[in-house]
Amino acid sequence: MGILSQPVGAIAEWLRNLLLGWGLSPGLTTVLLYLIGAGVLATLVQTWVIFLIWYERKIIGRFQDRLGPNRVGPYGLLQPFADFIKIMTKEVIIPEGADKPIYILGPIVMDAGVLMLWAVIPLMPMVGMDINVAALYTIAVGAFATLGILMSGWASNNKFALVSAIRTVAQMISYEVPTVLALLVPVLLAGTMSLQGIVEAQHVWYIVAAPLAFLIYFISSVAEVGRTPFDLLEAESEIVAGFHIEYSGMVFAIFYVGDFLHAFTIGALAAVLFLGGWRGPGAEAFPLLGLLYLWIKAFAVYFLVVWARGSLPRVRIDQMMNFSWKFLTPLALVLLVLTAVLDYFVAGWGAWGQALSHLVMNLVVGWLVLRYLQAWEKARAARRPVVAQPGQYPVARPPRPAVAETSTEAAS
Amino acid sequence: MDSWIYIGIFVALSFFFPALLAVLGWFLGPRRPNPVKQDTYECGLETVGETWVQFKIQYYLFALVFLIFDVELVFLYPWAVAYHKLPLYGVIEGVIFVVMLAAALVYAWRKGALEWA
Repeated sequence: MGILSQPVGAIAEWLRNLLLGWGLSPGLTTVLLYLIGAGVLATLVQTWVIFLIWYERKIIGRFQDRLGPNRVGPYGLLQPFADFIKIMTKEVIIPEGADKPIYILGPIVMDAGVLMLWAVIPLMPMVGMDINVAALYTIAVGAFATLGILMSGWASNNKFALVSAIRTVAQMISYEVPTVLALLVPVLLAGTMSLQGIVEAQHVWYIVAAPLAFLIYFISSVAEVGRTPFDLLEAESEIVAGFHIEYSGMVFAIFYVGDFLHAFTIGALAAVLFLGGWRGPGAEAFPLLGLLYLWIKAFAVYFLVVWARGSLPRVRIDQMMNFSWKFLTPLALVLLVLTAVLDYFVAGWGAWGQALSHLVMNLVVGWLVLRYLQAWEKARAARRPVVAQPGQYPVARPPRPAVAETSTEAAS
Repeated sequence: MDSWIYIGIFVALSFFFPALLAVLGWFLGPRRPNPVKQDTYECGLETVGETWVQFKIQYYLFALVFLIFDVELVFLYPWAVAYHKLPLYGVIEGVIFVVMLAAALVYAWRKGALEWA
């Protein structure tokens, strides 16, 4: 068991022997090891946000034809540290009439919900806790972030914050359904709910076999995080900042950290479920390479999230609800049935045969959906009132009420 | 069972880290409260009436539809996990279940529960 082939296992083994050598009982040793492992992972993930903030600001800067942070440190890399130190010394203002315990707990619950997801993400082969209901765990724990937002919006004693909190819940429950349905597709293909098992089953990445499920999962995850184009919960032009309007200082920073980490976490989850997780050349022999592959894939998906933020406008709330309930949910239901039936018939075709037949099915469904959307858009354009003909009043006038009718009404 | 101990420890730690940050911020920052600063922020206007008032019913309808869907979708997970061991009968059963779900969606749609008015 060398340090290269089993980096975490070797360190854990060494620590275990050390602790056992001190005369601790095996049970206590295991708990202590878990505590150390969880502590290291949670600390690293939480600290990683500092880099994420720099990365996102830099990329958004480039999208908007700016340089982004570039003053503090090389390429502005130390900018988040400076911001962090500054925000540490700011006052935590608790507004009058706020529900104090819930007000403070809100950001903590939100950040904790995001961190908890990392307990089950398989970082390398053999590393990452492998529980047999991990896929369900990610959904269950994913709702914690929304709970935190609801708590803080409710407790702030501010109407903007309350509107934001209720919107958040509406958005989360609407996009939870397509997420759960899309997540069923990799679970069905792999035949297991353990994330490590799903990664191991991806001899061909599931984005090949289920591109539509990946798209649905990606879009609804972005909506659950509340990123642009679905950032109705903090729409600054209508409800100022939404749920964190009354927050300041460190408790606000926890929201900030949680938001960035959540976006990266859904990148990592999408990478695990659809992009093969740690799989890549040489990952089995050198697990650290697997971690690198997972990180690259997670950053690729995270880049898509930032790209969407940089280029799309915010949607209206009725558009958002319609998109989830009247488009994504029916599509995901159809996709689930087709995937299940097709998978039954191509069971003996080998990994590539199965993946390609699923791909063909996905392409056909995607093409039909696009044709349907085109027809729908055409019908909608036909219903739209004609505007601005030359020499004409630009808005269609309402028909005038007939004079005879009004006179009879007046007579009666 | 062992792995759930790890999950439990991780969950406790996930609450501990942000709580630590909040406590740090509480001790490092100044505390100079005054009535104007702690007033409810509404873009400079005085706030009118209670904050916790009755809300639009539409949100509640969506919550009901979601509840039905989420509970039924959880039943599909065991089916998906055991899928490769199922006979054709099990496959058809699953498809019928999904079709029933779709029927519920169509019903809610026709009833107008999904309209944002």
